[in-house]
Amino acid sequence: MNASDIGREAVSRRDFLAAGGALIVGFSLASSSRLFAQKPAAGRKLPGSLDANPMLDSWINIDADGSITVFTGKAELGQGVKTALIQIAAEQLYVQPQRVSLITADTRRTPDEGYTAGSNSMKDSGTAIMNAAAQVREILIARAAERLAVAADRLKVQDGAVVAEDGRRMGFGELVGDALTQTRAEAQSKLKDPATYTVVGKAMPRVDIPAKVAGGAAYVQDLRLPAMVHARVVRPPSYGARLRELRAAEVEKMPGVLKIVRDGSFIAVVAEREFEAILAMRSLAAAARWNERPTLPAAPDLFTHLQSLPADTIIDFDKQAPAGAAARRLAASYRRPYQMHGAIGPSCAVALFKDGALTVWTHSQGVYPLRKSIAEMLRLSEDRVQCIHVEGSGCYGHNAADDAGADAALIARAFPERPIRLQWMREQEHMWEPYGPAMLTSVKAALDGAGSIVAWEYEVTSNTHSMRPGGAGNLLPAWHLDTPFAPGTPKPIPLPEGGGDRNAIPLYRLPNARVVHRFVPAMPVRVSALRALGAYMNVFSIESFIDELAQAAGIDPVEFRLRHLDDARAREVVSLAASRFGWSSYAPAAGRGRGFAFARYKNLGAYLAVAMEVDVVRETGAVRVVRVVAAVDSGQAVNPDGIRNQIEGGIIQSASWTLHEAVEFDTTAIRSTDWSRYPILRFPEIPESVEVHVIDRPGEAFLGTGEAAQGPTAAAIANALAQASGARIRELPFDRKRVKAAIGV
Amino acid sequence: MIELNINGRTQSVDAAPNTPLLYVLRDHLAMNGAKFGCGLGQCGACTVMVDGDAVFSCLTPISLLSGRKIKTVEGLGTIENPGPLQRAFIEEQAAQCGYCIAGMIMRAQALLEKNPSPSDAEIRRHMMPNLCRCGTHMRIFRAVRRAAQAMQAGATPAAGKGRA
Repeated sequence: MNASDIGREAVSRRDFLAAGGALIVGFSLASSSRLFAQKPAAGRKLPGSLDANPMLDSWINIDADGSITVFTGKAELGQGVKTALIQIAAEQLYVQPQRVSLITADTRRTPDEGYTAGSNSMKDSGTAIMNAAAQVREILIARAAERLAVAADRLKVQDGAVVAEDGRRMGFGELVGDALTQTRAEAQSKLKDPATYTVVGKAMPRVDIPAKVAGGAAYVQDLRLPAMVHARVVRPPSYGARLRELRAAEVEKMPGVLKIVRDGSFIAVVAEREFEAILAMRSLAAAARWNERPTLPAAPDLFTHLQSLPADTIIDFDKQAPAGAAARRLAASYRRPYQMHGAIGPSCAVALFKDGALTVWTHSQGVYPLRKSIAEMLRLSEDRVQCIHVEGSGCYGHNAADDAGADAALIARAFPERPIRLQWMREQEHMWEPYGPAMLTSVKAALDGAGSIVAWEYEVTSNTHSMRPGGAGNLLPAWHLDTPFAPGTPKPIPLPEGGGDRNAIPLYRLPNARVVHRFVPAMPVRVSALRALGAYMNVFSIESFIDELAQAAGIDPVEFRLRHLDDARAREVVSLAASRFGWSSYAPAAGRGRGFAFARYKNLGAYLAVAMEVDVVRETGAVRVVRVVAAVDSGQAVNPDGIRNQIEGGIIQSASWTLHEAVEFDTTAIRSTDWSRYPILRFPEIPESVEVHVIDRPGEAFLGTGEAAQGPTAAAIANALAQASGARIRELPFDRKRVKAAIGV
Repeated sequence: MIELNINGRTQSVDAAPNTPLLYVLRDHLAMNGAKFGCGLGQCGACTVMVDGDAVFSCLTPISLLSGRKIKTVEGLGTIENPGPLQRAFIEEQAAQCGYCIAGMIMRAQALLEKNPSPSDAEIRRHMMPNLCRCGTHMRIFRAVRRAAQAMQAGATPAAGKGRA
């Protein structure tokens, strides 16, 4: 990089700061509560997130020069949502996508759309922006009709202008004036006919990728504000540890050290340079004495322990209807260990405390809830705290992003006036992020003489799947303060979204079925939302068991699924994945097998079916996924290549969880402190091919896609492994040791 | 002061000799490409090239680097004028969060400079030290293969039409 480039980058960063940090945009968020009160009591729900944020100018702004800015409360997590939202707005506004700039989650600038989670961004924000853009376009057409004295239906919209038949045209910028100010969205929009779409449904290159491959400033980790300094925290060695003594005098004299922050068991250091902060952190860690105590269950007894904990029983589903007599009964139970998000880039935040106000640049999935939680922790009013989303390393759910934001906030308050950049170390990320919970499931079913399922009983035992920051108590550093905040009360996430019971109700036709969620409030290990939540384990269990039933019935597993599926879209993904895989003509070589699985994510999102071949080396127990074919129906596909990218990634990530991953711990501390103690999939193991077929449904609702592959992939591996090795493994992960034991080597 | 040759330019850096290259690149020189991932040489997010080999910049102190040629992803091209590997990653849309990608590109660059037409197995083996958590491996693999073909067809692996 030469000097002029550094200069240019510096300018762009300053602009970034100006845009994100200082600029106050006056628009309608402040009045949203009043507007909420104006909503007619029996009024129709507005589409997507418009319902909670009904003012058009909170979604779309058009300047007098015609430039278009779209606002979303959702965040780019590497899932490609920015590109897809731009496509949606451009389509309804009849402009090139390049003309649309998008502002993502920022508590001063964008609507509050809660968390970017649950594969809900397209349903919530995509739907809102689609409708808002269509309504804005119609308002501009109406204005042009007035100004040009032409009937609205004789006007066309073309490339950012409204055009009359006689060739007169008025740009959006000329027309807009105050047209969008204080204009409330309507329940109905004049949406474009999907058959005429030119942008939506077409693969569009992601807007964020060029900077990511060329060393541009792309992440909060890359944010460099003027006069910024670096911070590191020293974490306790284990969950139950409390600081007994800290001899910090020598550390204070180390090069570059500006400040040592201590509040109870919360310790941090601020230094001029990043590596100075790291050296000081290491010395501080060595100077700290802790009182530790065992708080964790003994690992070999983890599942017995989990089963023994008090649980609230929630009946998710209970149905009885006449059915054929049971000819065969089967039962099985399945286990899943704690698994981690494992971001490649440890969590990071930048914070500035100045004039009694705090700004936090964060890769949190929910800037508004984080603002509320940080304000509570610092005892500031919420209007003194601004949280701005900047991309981080992929998070795959609620990882340490919010905790890093809270760390940075505490440090910034103790060291005001200069921005501080805080990044976690690898062992901190591995040890302290909230994991995906360990889970247990058990299932019993009966088949009639014809091989139809006539009875089904399912039970899932799980902790909560969300301890997201709804308050200071869910922020890790708040537990360690001299005046600590207690963690919030864990709650189950109700269906239809579901937490531990997400996807616990099969989509299959079951005349008699009972589904029970045993919700375990006690959490010996810190847990929260990991991509797909309980759906990963429930779909793994259900779809493994469906194969066991098919085998017992002597029916091909794809055929068995089709016989029990009524939903036409479900049947279509199943048939498509099977045919593209070559299911009916498959003949396994030695050590190989094929497996199939299907689910509709949350029973209301994307439909996904996957067929795959795996290879098992008997001598080593090594399992490799060889070839994968998936079919997905996400409703209206906005960016088909974005969908493929998400599904391919979900398949590979789930293969890694399924084949390798379990958090190790002893009774005192987490022992998976780095990648050597928590191995994940590496390049030599990747499949030869992963094919994803997208079924586009123009005009249909957007269906959440980002998490759809996690569960089916696990089950398809289990099913393929069963065919390849003869061993049915019901405990995750299928690492070499477990596979060897199962096949008797 | 230590003088470092980075992407063909000599840079004077005022940092302790034991400072790993990663922090000098990111903190002293305000370069974004190399990323902190683990500080342990386990993930490859910090990968850069030194004298043609892929190395973990998080583990390489600058005291070992004077007189050696350091190359980072910024040296392969720019956003406006990407080099062959960068172009191939864009064409394959080979990123999700993208945090690992600069390291992936640098490890692949080291391979293609030594072995312009690697087999599929050689690519997989060579890329082993670098972790991707989004599961973008299939696209990364295709991008490396595409870049190898593009380089064979014309450009040189060192390319970087922008600046070297």
